[in-house]
Order: sequence, then structure tokens, then C-alpha cells
Amino acid sequence: MPNDVRIGRLHELLRSGETTAEEIVAAVLDRVTSLEATLNTFITLTPERALAEARAVDQRIAHGEEIDPLAGIPVALADNICTEALRTTCASRMLGDFIPPFSAVVYHRLRQAGSVLIGKTNLDEFGMGTAGVPVFGPVPNPWDPTCLSGGPGWAPAAVVAVRQTALSIASDAGGALRRFAACCGVVGLKPTYGLVPTHGLIEFAPSLDHLGPLTLDVTGCALALQAIAGADAQDGFSTGTAGEAYTGYLGRGVRGRRIGVPREYLPPETHPGVRKAFEKSLDLLVDLGAEVEETSLPHTPYAPAAHLVLTSAEAFSNLSNFDGVRFGHRAEARHLHEMYRRTRHEGFSPEVRRRIVFGTLVLSGDHFEDYFVKAQKVRTLVRRDFEQAFKRYDLLAAPTVPVPATAASGNGGPPEMRPEDLPLLPANLAGIPALSLPVGFAGGLPVGLQLMGPPFGEGVLFSAGYALEQQTGFYRTTPPITGTEG
Amino acid sequence: MREMEAVIGLEIHIELQTGTKIFCGCSTAFGAAPNTQVCPVCLGLPGHKPVLNQKAVEYHTRAALALNCEIVPYTTFDRKNYFYADLPKGYQISQYFHPMGVNGHVDVNLNGETRRIGIRQIHLEEDTGKLLHPGEITDSPYSLVDFNRAGVPLVEIVTQPDVRNAEEARLFLQKLRSIIRYVGVSDCKMEEGSMRCDANVSVRPSDSVEFGQKTELKNMNSFRAVARGIEYEIARQTELVRGGEPVVPETRHWDEARGITRVMRTKYLATDYRCFPDPNVPPLECDPEWVARIRQSLPEPPDARYARLVHDHGLPAYDAEVITASRAMADFYEQTVDLFNEPKTVSNWLMGEVSRCLNAAGKELEETALAPQQLAGLLQLVQKGVISGKIAKEVFEDVFQTGRDPETIVKEKGLVQIADEDELGAVVDRVITANPKVAEDFRGGKERALGFLVGQVMKETRGKANPQLVNELLRQRLRN
Repeated sequence: MPNDVRIGRLHELLRSGETTAEEIVAAVLDRVTSLEATLNTFITLTPERALAEARAVDQRIAHGEEIDPLAGIPVALADNICTEALRTTCASRMLGDFIPPFSAVVYHRLRQAGSVLIGKTNLDEFGMGTAGVPVFGPVPNPWDPTCLSGGPGWAPAAVVAVRQTALSIASDAGGALRRFAACCGVVGLKPTYGLVPTHGLIEFAPSLDHLGPLTLDVTGCALALQAIAGADAQDGFSTGTAGEAYTGYLGRGVRGRRIGVPREYLPPETHPGVRKAFEKSLDLLVDLGAEVEETSLPHTPYAPAAHLVLTSAEAFSNLSNFDGVRFGHRAEARHLHEMYRRTRHEGFSPEVRRRIVFGTLVLSGDHFEDYFVKAQKVRTLVRRDFEQAFKRYDLLAAPTVPVPATAASGNGGPPEMRPEDLPLLPANLAGIPALSLPVGFAGGLPVGLQLMGPPFGEGVLFSAGYALEQQTGFYRTTPPITGTEG
Repeated sequence: MREMEAVIGLEIHIELQTGTKIFCGCSTAFGAAPNTQVCPVCLGLPGHKPVLNQKAVEYHTRAALALNCEIVPYTTFDRKNYFYADLPKGYQISQYFHPMGVNGHVDVNLNGETRRIGIRQIHLEEDTGKLLHPGEITDSPYSLVDFNRAGVPLVEIVTQPDVRNAEEARLFLQKLRSIIRYVGVSDCKMEEGSMRCDANVSVRPSDSVEFGQKTELKNMNSFRAVARGIEYEIARQTELVRGGEPVVPETRHWDEARGITRVMRTKYLATDYRCFPDPNVPPLECDPEWVARIRQSLPEPPDARYARLVHDHGLPAYDAEVITASRAMADFYEQTVDLFNEPKTVSNWLMGEVSRCLNAAGKELEETALAPQQLAGLLQLVQKGVISGKIAKEVFEDVFQTGRDPETIVKEKGLVQIADEDELGAVVDRVITANPKVAEDFRGGKERALGFLVGQVMKETRGKANPQLVNELLRQRLRN
């Protein structure tokens, strides 16, 4: 099995006939088989279907057809992305046997591009962060299988890290996608709000939820975004033109780029190893011709509370359709209200219930002004911080997560209250694009660099990320658990 | 005893005839088999995204402008959260924070006096599904739910508390229906639920400026039921207040069969719907130019049309009111008058024969094939003396049923009036010969006997005889 599952390289191998889509898919399926017992990354696997789809791509190649960059590329979808006729659970008892009657726009687009679905990955229940016992079990960190601090959440990143797929798609409402990309040593992009339609994503907070790709390298990330970006008529907030050639930004470098480093993103808790790896990547950027300067995003400290209030308010309402009437879990009961109560108690785990209860509170009576309205105001201020900053800088840079995965705070509270989530939340509140790419190690675990740009500034993020990646060659490093290059 | 007065505010829900639902492409047709007009969006399935139907916005704007409302430039769609089995998402999308239309009014004529009823707001929202209970609702073992109606676009119209009695409420609703139907956005059928009315009723001493405690009346499924329900509730509350008893704030159900209102639920605690802007539906900014275009496209409102028919056409006030109550009727009237310029004759026909046939068929004018050309053609035949007024009614019935041309029917059935003196004279002679005694009575001065003889002639000619000529001929012959 080749460990080099960079999408661009696989595409070249397919075009030159050096390998076939069937071989690629068979190889990642082997990796699934060998590691699934340890890693528990998938909730549902679709091996037969994947092999059949791969063979169809091979036939197209054999007929001399020009294929898309994603054709024959194995993809995994987080299990909160609807797939028609294929179980979609959100890692919740509530949807244990839910078969959606339609597919998410993002999955349509991936299929259209010829990519091959390997399966649906594990995740935090409804993508809400970690507490208690995960319904489908935890997922260990691929770099240190004794480390379980990610709950099941980092499965969408782990599947790329251990080469169980070449592309993974996951949601990011509060930084999850970037956090897990950083902790697992892969590239992850949260695009501009709306650039990738979230129709078909089972969201818990639609104004903060995003979908984005996780890949081994920046080129793969650009290729994936190219296939899934652009407005869709089924999604009122989706935006942007489809088919923009993001790969065109890759070779542009960072010469003359002004990069701001917001001091609020390096809290006192920042791990020395993380700080070192981060500073080394800044030095590299300077060597490549960028100007780096410290700056401030003064409203950052208020972002976690605002994020908690807004996500909870939206979750309270967005999860109200789980009432046992039309789909999903339904508890036995004597009357309607008892049915609601028991269905929702049995179906949702404590973390989800806590967020719903909190959301109920912040929207109630007098609290509405004190919490919800105030949180919206904070959101505006956070957005303005970025607007000001992007007048001066092309990019902002920070460690994606200030501590390595092993040092992450334990369970027991909402993720917003963990200091290590602070640098992740503002980009969700502001809807700006943020890319995480691996830049080194701290205590044997990967460290991520987060690059943030103005709305629709994905191209600039790719230029800088690609330039750095050419220096680090991080994609050549594999977690020990994957064994030696085969 | 102190004089009491009632203070009434109305809340009216009207379904917009957009053809498709407000946030998805499902059909809004009435009467389909349960749960056949549904999709992931209107069923509230996980992962669905609502997309606003632009036609619903346009129809709402038409209705708002017709009710003299201001159009608010920026509005949001908000979630009103509550659990009920007919509410698929656990929240209803409505315009809670910024209703799209405000500060309108409707003028109502009551006993020759014009009363202005203020419209506080009109906003757009989605309808819920429908629950069906086998057997009696109180001991039904389960409920069934039909989501065909879920997501049908509604406008909710809220009046100021300007209505003072049941008759005013009824007249307001009739006028409202007429206005909304004029702008072509709803058929406003109370019996099919495309127009629904709740009433907030309170009473107070006439000299008081403070409001009394109000109750909310529901389940009034016709104009008559609204009037009866309000009347009953005013009487009930007046009696309570006079007896020194408090009025309990509650929702009351109108029981049509028993003619009373009954408690549904008390409302001491205001329900907290925890409204907030829907993060799935972008806010709406109304372009003033677009609103101006909608305004220009609106038809002449019924009030203006009424005034024109009275002043320019010389119609009696009553006729003008009946004709302009429905846009289809008024359009039909004007198109007929364009072809046959005798307004009062046309109006008589519309209020008479045409309305009679419509009522008998249970149809609206726009649901029939009847064309102004047909009515005008028929009236021309009468005017030219080709057929009598009596035959015209018979021919009209045929036109109405078959949609055929009146002239064709007249020819085919041989209904052309007999106005030939020789032909008719022969019949008249036969009738006089056959009824010597009656003829004798007339000669003896019994004027009424003539009527019988006319009748006999008409009978012999199967109604085709020109009545004037028959009269003349009979008198002429009997004088001799």
C-alpha cells in the first residue's frame, strides 16, 4: 500500500495508467481492515459499492476519457452528512437507523466528480463536542493510540492520517475540523461561510456550521474545494461561483505577503513545543519573503461565550425536529408529551441535552436580551476585528490548537470553555476561511498552523500553505501505527 | 345600568395561491390524499434547507399594498419554537420581529356610514400540518397527521382593536375577502380553510378608555360563525361584568352546533416561543422599485371601482356594491357593458339570472366558461326583438350549462320570437274562438281576462310570441 495518498499524485498515477482506481480503493480498504479494530474510525463502511464505483472509473479511463481530479479518489464523509439510502446516524441513538431519502449537495458534487465513497466516519454526537460515553465508541489519536482526548471527534482527520482514505469531509461549527486536522497531522480547511453548501449536513447551529475537506496536503485540499465549492439553489446562504480553479494559487508563494499574528491567539497555556513549532513556521514564511508582525484582535476573549450562547440557541431549535413523530428514535409512551420527553431523553446523550437546555435558557423571556442579543453584538465586534485586521494584513497566523492532543483538557464541559479552543471559534463567528496544516511536533504529537484570510480568501491561504508545505514535506511523515511504507 | 361596549381585534390567516409551498416545491393543491404533497423540507427531515418562494413574497406584497400597508424595507424570517405533532420542525417560520407590512386600513360601510378598521400588520409565515382524530377527539386512541398543508404560505393579518360589534366584524371580513381576491392572491374560502379568523373580544363601559380582559375565540368556520361567536361572547362577558364577575383570559372554542363558546385553555402564562431569526433563511431586503412595480400591477381597488360605477355608469349604490364585491363579477360586468351599453340591464342580469345559476351550480363566476360576449349577445337578441325576455332566461340557462353561443341556441331550438302579424293573428283568432266566455268577460269590462288570453297565446307559441304584439292584436280583435 502506498502511503502517499495525496490526491494530486493519485490522479497522475491514474492518468498514466501506473495504477487503477480499483487498486487504490482496495489498498485503502485494506488499511481500514487492518486498523479499524484499533481506531474505530468508521460507523458505516461501503466496500462493495466503493470497489464497483472504482471499476467504473477505471473503465472510463480505459475508454480514453479525460477524468476529473477527484475521479477514483477514495472519500470518507462524516456521519452527519446525508447520503441517500445509506444510514446517517450523527453518532446518536436518536438516528441509529435513519436512512435519509436524499443526499447532501456536497456528496452529489463529489459523486459527480467521480470520487468513491469508502464509508461514513465516527464523530462527536451531532458534531457537538465531547462528554460522556460516545455512542459508537471513542477514536484514539493515530499518533498515540493511548490518547483518547478527542472522543470520537477526530475520526474524520484520523482516516486521512492513517491513509484509510485520501479525502475526508467533515463539519466545523466550532473549530472541530481544524482542531482534529491539527491533532492528527493532516490539512483541513474551513472555507468561507456558505462557500460549500451545507444542504444535507445535519447541522446543530446553521449560522456557524461549515463543511470542508481534510487531505494529506494543501494541493489535495485545493482540488477538493474546487469540486465542492459554489452556491446551490437548495441552500439560501450558499454563495460563490462553482468551479473556481483554486490550484492556480498554489505556486504563487508568499513574497511580500503581510502576515499578522494576533497575540490573543497565543494564550499563556500555549505549550512550549507548540510555540516552538509555530515560531519555526513563521521563520520559514519570513525566509520565503513574507512580512510577519504581531497584532491584536481585541474582542477575541469574548468569542467563546458568544459562541456558546449562539450555538446553544440554534441547537435548541434546530434539534426540535427530533420529536419521534416522523423519523428516528421513538420511545413508548402513553401520550404525546410523554413521548416527546422520553424520546428526547433516550435519544440524545447528556452533552446534547445540556446544550439544548442552555439554548432554551438563553432564548427565554428576559434572558433573550442579556444573552442572545448580546452574543450577536459580540459576534459583530469579532467580525469587525477581522475586517480591521484584513485592511492591514493579507493573512493571520496562529497555532491551530495551543496544546498537543495529549495535553488537551478532559471532558466535562462545553468545548467553548476549553482554553485550547479559543483560537478556533472566532473564524466560525466571522465566517472567514481558515486553513490548518501540520508544521511539526510537540511531545511526539502533531502541531497545526492556522492561517486565516478574509472572506473568499481561500486562494491566499493555499498559496501560503503550499509554500510552507514545500519546505516541511510533512505529508511524507506517517503515524507509526500505519507501519512502514509498503 | 352603565352602557357597555365591545372591543374586538381580528387575526386572519389567508393561504396564498402560489401553487407551491413557501420553502419547497411541493404542491399546495387542496384535497390531495394525505402526505402525498411532502418532501424533506416540509417534513422537517434532518439536513433539510428551506428556500424562500419568491412568489410568496410577491403575493404577500400585493395583499399588503391592497390593505394600504407600508412595506417595511428590511425583514427577517424568525423561528417560533413549540412542540406539536402537526409542526414538523418543532418551530414555525414566521416574521416575528419585522412584519413585512404595517399600518394599513380597510373601510367598511355600516348603515351608510364608513368605518375605518386599522390593520396593525400583515406578515408571511408557513402553515402547519393537520391532525385527524378517529372518532371523538376526547377519547380517540391515536391521532393521524397529514403534512400536505405544512409549509403552505400564509399571510397573517392583525387588525387594530377597532371593531365594535359582530356585524362590523362580518362586514370587515367580507370586505377583506373581496380585497384579497381582487389582487388575485387567494380564493379566501373559509369552508376549505384558505381563510381563517380568530377574534380577540373584550367588553368595557362605553365611557372607559381602558380595555377589559379579553378572550380569544377560535374555530369559527364561516362569516356567520364569526358573527355569532362574537355576539355570544359579547353577551357572555357583558353578563359577567355586570354581575361583578371577572372575565378569565382564555382561548375559547366556538361550538357551532350548540351556538356557544367553550374554554379550550386558560392563558394566564403567556407562551414563550423563544423567537429568534432563522439561521437558514437570509433576511429580505425589499427594493422600493420592485414594490412600486407591484403597486402598479395591482387592479383598481373595489372602493374606487364602486365609486366609478355609481358616478360614471349611473348604477344604484346597491348594484355597484354587489357587482364590485368580486373582481371577477366586476370585470365581467364591465366587459359586458363594453359590448352592450345598458349598465342597469347588465347589472340586473348579473345579480339575477347569472347569480341564480352560479348559486345553483355552487360555482364562482371565474370557475365557469361563461363569457361577457355571450351575455352581451343574448341581451342584444332581446333588444332587437329576436327573442323575448322570458325566452332569454331559458336560453341563458342553456348557455350557462353548455357554454354554447346564444344565437346558435335560439336558431337551433327555433326560439325566434313570432312578431309576424299574420302568423300571430291566426293564433289570436284561434284562442278567442276557443275561449268565448273569457272573451265575453273582457268585452264586459273585465280587464284581467286579457291576461288569461295572452297566456293562452304564449302557451300555443311556446313562449315565442312577442308579448306586446299579442296584447295589441287581442285588444284590436276584441274591440271589434
